[in-house]
Amino acid sequence: MMSFIHKRIKQKIAFSFFGLVSLIVVGILFVILGFIIFRGISVINWGFLTQMPEEGMTKGGIFPAIVGTLCLIGGSMIFAFPIGVLSAIYLNEYLKETWLKKFMRSMTNNLAGIPSIVFGLFGMALFVNKLKFGDSILAGSLTLGLLALPVIIRTTEEALKSVPDHLRIGSYALGATKLQTIRRVVLPIAAPNIITGLILSISRVSGETAPILFTVAAYFLPKLPHSMFDQAMALPYHLYVLTTSGTNMEASRPMAYGTAFVLIMIVLIANLLANAFRRYFGKRNKMN
Amino acid sequence: MNRKRLKIFEKVFGVVLFSSSTVTSLTVLFIIVFLFNEGIGLFNSTPVEKKYQFIVSNNNTVKELSSKQLKDIFNYDITNWKQLGGSNDSILLFTINDLSTYFTDDELGANFEYLPSKINELIKKNPGILAYLSDKYVPEHLEGHVIPLTKISIKDFVTGTEWYPTSEPAPQFGVLPLILGTLWVSFGAILIALPLGLATAIFMAEVASQRLRNILKPVIELLAGIPSVVYGFFGLVVLVPLIQQLFNLPVGETALAGSIILGIMALPTIITVSEDALRTTPTSLKEASLALGATRWQTITRVTVPYARSGITAASILGIGRAVGETMAVLMVTGNAGVIPHTFLQPVRTIPATIAAELGESSYGGLHFKALFALGILLFLITLIINTSVELIKSRKRS
Amino acid sequence: MTTTETINTPHVSHMHKVETFKAEAKGVNLYYKDFHALKDISLPIKTNQVTALIGPSGCGKSTFLRLFNRMNDLIDGVKITGEVMLEEQNIYRKGIVVDELRKSVGMVFQKPNPFPKSIYENVAYGLRVNGYDHKDSIDEIVERSLKQAALWDEVKDKLKKSAYELSGGQQQRLCIARALAIEPSLILMDEPASALDPLSTAKIEDLIYELKNKYTIIIVTHNMQQAGRVSDYTAFFYLGELIEYDKTKTMFINPQNIKTQNYITGRFG
Repeated sequence: MMSFIHKRIKQKIAFSFFGLVSLIVVGILFVILGFIIFRGISVINWGFLTQMPEEGMTKGGIFPAIVGTLCLIGGSMIFAFPIGVLSAIYLNEYLKETWLKKFMRSMTNNLAGIPSIVFGLFGMALFVNKLKFGDSILAGSLTLGLLALPVIIRTTEEALKSVPDHLRIGSYALGATKLQTIRRVVLPIAAPNIITGLILSISRVSGETAPILFTVAAYFLPKLPHSMFDQAMALPYHLYVLTTSGTNMEASRPMAYGTAFVLIMIVLIANLLANAFRRYFGKRNKMN
Repeated sequence: MNRKRLKIFEKVFGVVLFSSSTVTSLTVLFIIVFLFNEGIGLFNSTPVEKKYQFIVSNNNTVKELSSKQLKDIFNYDITNWKQLGGSNDSILLFTINDLSTYFTDDELGANFEYLPSKINELIKKNPGILAYLSDKYVPEHLEGHVIPLTKISIKDFVTGTEWYPTSEPAPQFGVLPLILGTLWVSFGAILIALPLGLATAIFMAEVASQRLRNILKPVIELLAGIPSVVYGFFGLVVLVPLIQQLFNLPVGETALAGSIILGIMALPTIITVSEDALRTTPTSLKEASLALGATRWQTITRVTVPYARSGITAASILGIGRAVGETMAVLMVTGNAGVIPHTFLQPVRTIPATIAAELGESSYGGLHFKALFALGILLFLITLIINTSVELIKSRKRS
Repeated sequence: MTTTETINTPHVSHMHKVETFKAEAKGVNLYYKDFHALKDISLPIKTNQVTALIGPSGCGKSTFLRLFNRMNDLIDGVKITGEVMLEEQNIYRKGIVVDELRKSVGMVFQKPNPFPKSIYENVAYGLRVNGYDHKDSIDEIVERSLKQAALWDEVKDKLKKSAYELSGGQQQRLCIARALAIEPSLILMDEPASALDPLSTAKIEDLIYELKNKYTIIIVTHNMQQAGRVSDYTAFFYLGELIEYDKTKTMFINPQNIKTQNYITGRFG
């Protein structure tokens, strides 16, 4: 009888402990989010979002950094989204289980595991120096695009895998070609999840610092870029600069909180959007 | 006819798809090639700026000098050629700044026209001399000889204990402190993240109700989505001062701060991967255990966790991988002192942080630049090993 | 104290009350969310007899089986009303400790599901999780259980080998031995032979016949011949309802309900 009580108490203790730990993990997130939102929100106003930085980045706004980050998001996605989706289609719909598929898959996995600073080195060596793009939005976008590729491929592949095979077979049975089947049957069903992947990779790209350190980011540049060969400021790098190497770090602290707030908001909104998307279309697909 | 056009279009599309995947697959190879292309030049080059020479007396029997020995000489830690296997002559250092101690302006001539002969004189006179001279001051008919410098080897690079990439005249490219710093911080991170992550994963997979899980899952995703620079910022403004006060330290930027922040950053990886692994345990096994009167907790420890062991191992390795490669957060909170760490309360410097902090200051194509790319190669190799071992663990599990 | 006594929870010895029910469902309803899966089922389980539950897929027979060790509790959204008696106690009343209950009810599953452990550790598992540490007595019980499951001769030289090295039929008998080791008063079998070849099936059926002397058994089966061969009583389920319950011989020769007749003669199912 003792042993029964004993093992049940053990279970109680263990489960309470696990619950507590999970609570701590959730707590960590809320502390970080809460701290930055709480400190940052008072800095946020229209001027902060639309003005140039002034007085050694202790006053004014972060407009050029926002614009720069938007340029980088756009630039990287124009390049990475099509290639990523096409690669995933090829991997999932075209390739049979051969050594080529294994090779491509393991390369994609490896790409996902490469540290972002290595992407930065590579971007500098290839785009900035070899191809002579210089420190530019183009070089930064390509570097960030490479970083986002495995994310897009992985989510797209998962989206494609979730399309049941009998739909494909049904389409073939009606005489549709492979391409027609993909375009008319597979992609429409997979689209919401592919878009979810796109949103998440945008969130990822918008926060990356290391890859843009040597490929695009300008320390201080109070004007907007005119072409893709221009340098640009970017939110994450701006936050780094404000925190570690500003001209007057104490005075620029509020600016840093504001920048962190904007970054967090991008991530938060992207995640909420992706979740809502997944939930909404997940339900719809299930009903069909 | 229409059918034929469709066929052609189909073919073209196939080619486009194939090229896309090829680009993706080859990126990894491209990265390897370019890192090596930029970084490999470090090895087999002499550790001194071009256009400078070290000159010794003709009687000097020492064959070559290493960068480390040069540094010791310049720091007066080595003062006699005997210590380097040469004759018993104390070392007389001579650089161009020392000119005035030996010669007057008149002796050198108005346009330094007598300088070469004076230097020659000096070299001839002092058997223990070590002159560090720019090419343009080296006399044409040299009365001494140029002493060659030991080329930088991979072994010296990896085992060298000093990283002074910009020191004059002999930069030190020993990355051991950086490797150890990286490992130190990463293992600290995993020490924090593994218990927390595993407990949360077990809670999510086995204990929590579906509803609770639906709350936890997005939280974990969000934790993974926060940019590393924001983690770094949070660490710098909250954690670093806290550690400084708590342990009464001169600075709060320590390995501990790095480990804590990295631990938090590695949490989502560990939680997601090990939760997935726990979920692969067949329901039938869990049911069999419960049907025998085991509690859920006993079932977890005796059936579920052992079954998911390889997945959990993969999760920890991936977590380490995440920590090893992380740049910005570490750069911001660890203090970046390039010394071999002895406690968690010391500043350390990791490989990624070194690259991020120094690449901007190094001159393109210079030794320092190459050394940073060589560091990049090292980092790449470490993560490659980590990723490959994870793949191996996973494939072994499948078979 | 002998090991047998230690292991038996204080049940009334079945030797004295031959005709009492080992277990009984009294007006049981089970809902899975909005789905009414079991509709007002009342059914006695007679001591030292084999009761077969038959019926087409999805009729609720497996769900009914899982009432007796409360395995349905593991599924979210399940609601149960009515009483399920085991040894004259309602196992759904408050204060029942589920893992204690499960210890006194053995279960054998559709597919053999040994743990990824040694043969020995599989049989010892139930003892270990219930707090028995005495090595000698565990050795003894493992041997006895394997003998009861007619597996001892085949495995006695490789007890330390992984259970996965056994054939499917051997694995299933190992799972039976595993259930026997904790001396259950009731054994539930959920289509125990459905994943096995005919030869292994015959061995399992022989085993069930042997075990009847000591244990009360409920078996879910798809296979009419099997029900006919091994069971003493049969209950026919259809769409969550208990259509008919009788002695197996009676039911197979002279079913009262037309649905039962159709099912037994293979018109549907």
